[in-house]
Amino acid sequence: MSASTVRVVLPGHLRALARVSGEVALEVDGPITQRTVLDGLEARYPALRGTIRDRADARRRPFVRFFACELDLSHEPPDDPLPEAVARGQEPFIVLGAMAGG
Amino acid sequence: MAATRVLVGTRKGAFILASDERRRDWSVTGPLFAGWEIYHVKGSPLDPERIYASQSGGWFGQVIQRSDDGGLTWQAVDNDFRYDGVAGEHQWYDGSMRPWSFTRVWHLEPSLHDRDTVYAGVEDAALFKSTDAGASWSELSGLRQHDTGPQWQPGAGGLCLHTVLEHPSDPARLYVAISAAGVFRTSDGGLTWQPINKGLRSGELPDADREVGHCVHRIDLHPAAPDVLYMQKHWDVMRSDDAGDSWHEVSGNLPSDFGFPIAVHAHEPRTVYVVPIRSDETHYPPEGRLRVYRSRSGGDAWEALTEGLPQEHCYVNVLRDAMAVDHHESCGIYVGTTGGQVYCSPDSGDSWTAIVRDLPAVLSVEVQTLP
Repeated sequence: MSASTVRVVLPGHLRALARVSGEVALEVDGPITQRTVLDGLEARYPALRGTIRDRADARRRPFVRFFACELDLSHEPPDDPLPEAVARGQEPFIVLGAMAGG
Repeated sequence: MAATRVLVGTRKGAFILASDERRRDWSVTGPLFAGWEIYHVKGSPLDPERIYASQSGGWFGQVIQRSDDGGLTWQAVDNDFRYDGVAGEHQWYDGSMRPWSFTRVWHLEPSLHDRDTVYAGVEDAALFKSTDAGASWSELSGLRQHDTGPQWQPGAGGLCLHTVLEHPSDPARLYVAISAAGVFRTSDGGLTWQPINKGLRSGELPDADREVGHCVHRIDLHPAAPDVLYMQKHWDVMRSDDAGDSWHEVSGNLPSDFGFPIAVHAHEPRTVYVVPIRSDETHYPPEGRLRVYRSRSGGDAWEALTEGLPQEHCYVNVLRDAMAVDHHESCGIYVGTTGGQVYCSPDSGDSWTAIVRDLPAVLSVEVQTLP
């Protein structure tokens, strides 16, 4: 399977940590899932390891959410395919901090 | 002329305050890591250009930053604080059992003995060590796996390992302090640990003399007298003259013996500083007057230091890692408050001025004395 270019939007704290501005364009091999996108993101930006997913069990951190195509995908299985529009790069995969703390 | 660099961790970022040996005029850099909780920032005693920062937050967890150029640039290093083996359980506040779970790094202690070694004290309480300047961490799990581990219970701030002290000449000897478990000592580099809490009495425990369960807030020592340990406990200021084998109270004439930090003068091993706080219910100074107390006799007899500190309407706290001393010829004392002030006394506590007044709540203060 050929590589796809996935657009990823990060919250401000993680953009600062990864030292990027704006969206990240990520080449992802194989099926486009939460896991493959986040694996690719962490491989390119090692400083993000542990900030989105737990280092030990790779589970999403409790106050992190995943949105795409106006859907909340946070509770979807990490190996399920992401929407086709994300895989084609038409819509971004959005990582954000949950609304918390007022 | 020598220089002074104060490293400040706050609820919303880190700041670096710089001056010369006179410590009158200061530059302020920051916030670094803006918006993150910076529990601790500390430089290596062997290489002052190497500084570590513990950066954490509820959303995105724990990051460790390292600078090799005195804080000008930083890189994120390893943040994998995975407990060794089966994590097990400890007591929760209500006495029920709860699995050990990593929350954050409270304290980073760069080694006195090796440039690339640094220790991390974490919540839930455990001690991690890196021998490659933070590129990887491994737990010294003999501590957490001590027989008393299941009895450890969190203090109000969590079950945190907040103090790491190295013996100045014996790299195998370490002391750590945990709220609310107590003080532990190793003489074999961290393989095995011994609770050293004899003489502590804590009214919060059904058995006030229990081996563990004491809410030790901070300990300190002077390298010229490394068997003398000073402690600010939840209540009580304590001293040990036998490397922690036994403790006795030296609260003396303090207006309150509750408090968080304790620090020893850089050049006088019997001169000690504390910041009395009215009580664990209020967490502010007695009578709304911020006073640092100094003892020149290893405790018992204390004098209030007030010149330049607010003496009315002051209701801030000084947290356990928020007092430090420099090593200039005229020893400087530094105190950071939850109100965002960092006070400096360049004359061993006789007089104080605020370096900054409006930072976010200060979590930690460390100081480097630079050639």
